[in-house]
Amino acid sequence: MKNKKPEPKVVLRGVASLLLAVGLTACAGPGGHPKDPLEPLNRATYSFNEKADSYVVRPLAEVYDYAPLPVKVGVGNFFGNLADVWIGVNNLLQGKFVDGLSDGGRFLVNSTVGIFGVFDIATELGLEKHDEDLGQTLGRWGVGDGPYLVLPLLGSSNLRDTVGLAGDLHVDPVLSFESVSARNSATGLRFVNRRSQLLGADTTAEQAALDKYEYMRSFYIQYRKSQIYDGRPPREKDPDDEADVDETTPASPAKKENQE
Amino acid sequence: MKKIASLFAALVLGAGVQFAAFAQIVAPDALIKSVTDDVIAIVRQDKAIQSGDTRKAVDLVETKVLPYFDFGHMTRLAVGKDWRQANADQKAVLTHEFKNLLVRTYSNALTQYRNQQIDFKPLKSKPEDTDVLVRTEVRQPGAKAVQIDYNLEKQGDNWKVYDVMVAGVSLVTNYRDSFAQEVRAGGIDGLIKSLKDKNKQLETTVSAKK
Repeated sequence: MKNKKPEPKVVLRGVASLLLAVGLTACAGPGGHPKDPLEPLNRATYSFNEKADSYVVRPLAEVYDYAPLPVKVGVGNFFGNLADVWIGVNNLLQGKFVDGLSDGGRFLVNSTVGIFGVFDIATELGLEKHDEDLGQTLGRWGVGDGPYLVLPLLGSSNLRDTVGLAGDLHVDPVLSFESVSARNSATGLRFVNRRSQLLGADTTAEQAALDKYEYMRSFYIQYRKSQIYDGRPPREKDPDDEADVDETTPASPAKKENQE
Repeated sequence: MKKIASLFAALVLGAGVQFAAFAQIVAPDALIKSVTDDVIAIVRQDKAIQSGDTRKAVDLVETKVLPYFDFGHMTRLAVGKDWRQANADQKAVLTHEFKNLLVRTYSNALTQYRNQQIDFKPLKSKPEDTDVLVRTEVRQPGAKAVQIDYNLEKQGDNWKVYDVMVAGVSLVTNYRDSFAQEVRAGGIDGLIKSLKDKNKQLETTVSAKK
């Protein structure tokens, strides 16, 4: 009788093998991107996000964009200031002590002289704003990025950065505001403010891409790599830059191919 | 005396010719700065471009920017390993269409310019280098500065841009996955067709907007 209930272990194994099967079938297609085994699922989430963006988020951001520049700058600075503490912690976790201390300094200066962070005095004083998160820290520590993932509403990510994001959100000061209404409106405002900064860039991506899903995926993969190395990723020799190889070895028989 | 005079003249002439040749080699960072400054100065004064006149922006890019870009190299980079399969005609068409796509897209981006400030970073290179990275940063109030870097290679006496990186992302190799996908699905001609279709579609949306 007691054997009727499925054991959690069995369920877990079932889920695992299902995931594996999904992964394998996705891999099996000849055109699959090696970093994107869950492409069918990701594409579904992506088209949901695109719809949500064009019907709700982007219109909101467009309205918000009518606000005077100093207001928008103040809003961006306010949330940026709240983020600086966690950015500093991540810099320390990555062993960048000077940057980490500077982030702490930024928070102290901007929270006081900068009136709750609305004015970014610290940048004027030469304390540069940094951009760190737990996903980048994990990447610095050598954690691989794992499969590409598209998260509902939040967009491009990967397994490592999703884990990182869960950590980021866990300590997010905005999400720990006491009052529910303050928390919700602050979260909404932060989201719309960030989206409004991408107005223009989104049109460019739209125009540039043959397939926007693929374009955004490539962009995300390169962008995160660059971020992990603070914008200075080690430059690797491009194996597909054929002509370069041929030009440096003029005696090579392959040379003829590139004569145009 | 005459001999000395002619020798002197030859020397001056020789030095002059050499100097002229030397002066023509503009350093890569100086090149990027002068082209950027030129373009920005024009956009600042041109109300039509600022209000989204893509045709005018395209003209500006074609006359001021294109001469310093090597689209052959850019296309080769974007296509990646499939480039080898393409014959000379296909390569020429691919280059032409890819150039049109990039010019159209980024001319449009130029119409969004609003007084951002551009900082030029000091160039780190040796005189004998033939491949350099020129780093710039676009600053605007209330947003994080965006890094824009240019890869240039020396071709004879000239430097040509063959890649542009925005926020660490190559605008050229970013196409590689899509292009490879198109080639897998329809061969090089399939890719050419997709590029042509995309350009046509951009053409119609641009004229529809006006």
